[in-house]
Amino acid sequence: MIAGAVLASTLDLLALSPPGWGATLLTGLAKSVMIALGAFGLGLLIGTLGAYGKLYGGPLARDLLAIYTTIVRAVPELILILILYFAFTSSINNLLLSWGFERIQISGFAAGIVVLGVVQGAYATEVLRGAILSVPSGQIEAARAMGMPPLMLAWRVTLPQMLAAAIPGLANLWLIATKDTALLAVVGFAELTLVTRQAASTTKAFFTFFMAAGALYLIISILSTLLFARLEAWARRGQVRPGTS
Amino acid sequence: MQANPTPSQTVSAGPAPVQGFWATRRIVLALIAVALVGWSVTSLNWSWLANPKYQALLLQGAWNTTWILVVTMVLGMLLAIPLGLAQAAGPWWLAAPARAFCGLIRGTPLLLQLWLLYYGLGSLFPSIPWIRESDLWPILRQAWPYAVLALTLSVAGYEGEVMRGAFKGVPHGQLEAARAMGMPRFTIFRRIWLPQALQRVLPTLGGETVLTLKATPLVATITVVDIYAVSSRIRQDTFVVYEPLLLLAVVYMAIAGVIVLLFRWLENRVPQRTA
Repeated sequence: MIAGAVLASTLDLLALSPPGWGATLLTGLAKSVMIALGAFGLGLLIGTLGAYGKLYGGPLARDLLAIYTTIVRAVPELILILILYFAFTSSINNLLLSWGFERIQISGFAAGIVVLGVVQGAYATEVLRGAILSVPSGQIEAARAMGMPPLMLAWRVTLPQMLAAAIPGLANLWLIATKDTALLAVVGFAELTLVTRQAASTTKAFFTFFMAAGALYLIISILSTLLFARLEAWARRGQVRPGTS
Repeated sequence: MQANPTPSQTVSAGPAPVQGFWATRRIVLALIAVALVGWSVTSLNWSWLANPKYQALLLQGAWNTTWILVVTMVLGMLLAIPLGLAQAAGPWWLAAPARAFCGLIRGTPLLLQLWLLYYGLGSLFPSIPWIRESDLWPILRQAWPYAVLALTLSVAGYEGEVMRGAFKGVPHGQLEAARAMGMPRFTIFRRIWLPQALQRVLPTLGGETVLTLKATPLVATITVVDIYAVSSRIRQDTFVVYEPLLLLAVVYMAIAGVIVLLFRWLENRVPQRTA
């Protein structure tokens, strides 16, 4: 009886309509997912450029990229977020002021994407560099021998073939991105973890809300694992599986 | 082809790179770095570093970060070994919960786990009379047990997965030979399976320790005074925005460097297979 009443009151707390906090949690989840998507996309862009720079760039580009990936991977994300968050917003405002514009309020959303994207980019550089190296060099040489321009070569030969090797690492990075959005709670951005803490400390139902948020994160991680497994199967569709030939 | 580590060297038709570490560009980069350090020393505000109160706090914080890292890595690995073994070789009723635990830890943010333990257990314990009257209560009222617990479970979850792969990677012939010699099962584990698994895992473990180091500042959010919390306090007290953060980044990079060197030294000490 008591357990039933407790369960019912717990479910009331998680209800979608205003006395319950369900809608607030889901809004936080949506923000988390959107930031993770943006950061992952930006990270992929930086990572692709970085990987090509590390492999084919000049010596100076390689040194600079090595400095970037080393620093980002050795300093805690939380501190990078704080440094970049303040530096990013204040430097944009300084630029705007020096050009004679008004100071603008940069949304936590955009700053979060840029900051996490820069962090993701360092890890993505390493993942993609390894994946590009796994493409048989004969393929690239053949394309070059046919006179393919570099961009077309990357688009048609290197990137499709490295995808299969890159996807496990990228899946890992995506999961890290979804979990790193929780760090934005520390700079006061209302994503899922911060919203959860607000709900929990208002209602004193700590276990209910933290477990509900944990379940939401878990659902995302399980769904993305399934999705990336299908994506990898698709990316490997042309390859001969060992043992079947 | 095989002599070249990167394909770029087979491709680039540009001037041959200067040999050795101290090529011209490196000297220029080093000069820029020195100039940056010089600029930050002279024109940034480091006066707070002279305050003995903050010096003591910074040392205290660095010490707290270090011991939390060491304790959670050791405890976490002790948990990870049975977790990995259960997944690699255990019966399904041991493997399934171990896999579920690792999935749970790896699928949710550490910050959430930390807050669940601190705020959840922290609000539950005072309402249970026998816990409040026990001798452990003065300890449980502080924040660090929850920080250590959360980080230990996190390390156990991630390293459990790593150990699973390591246990599976030990060649079967080794275990079969030991069994054929009539070695008892625990002796096989202690003398053959575990040492070879740990040897395999050593390079990964260095990276994982750096990852754990980077997770430690989260404990500052539950009022544990680690080096990150000290820098936040200095920033709040003195209104100096960037300098404590820069110092913090340098301190973490130094600790990460020490960890990498330590594991390199350990790896060199472990006898390598020569055949």
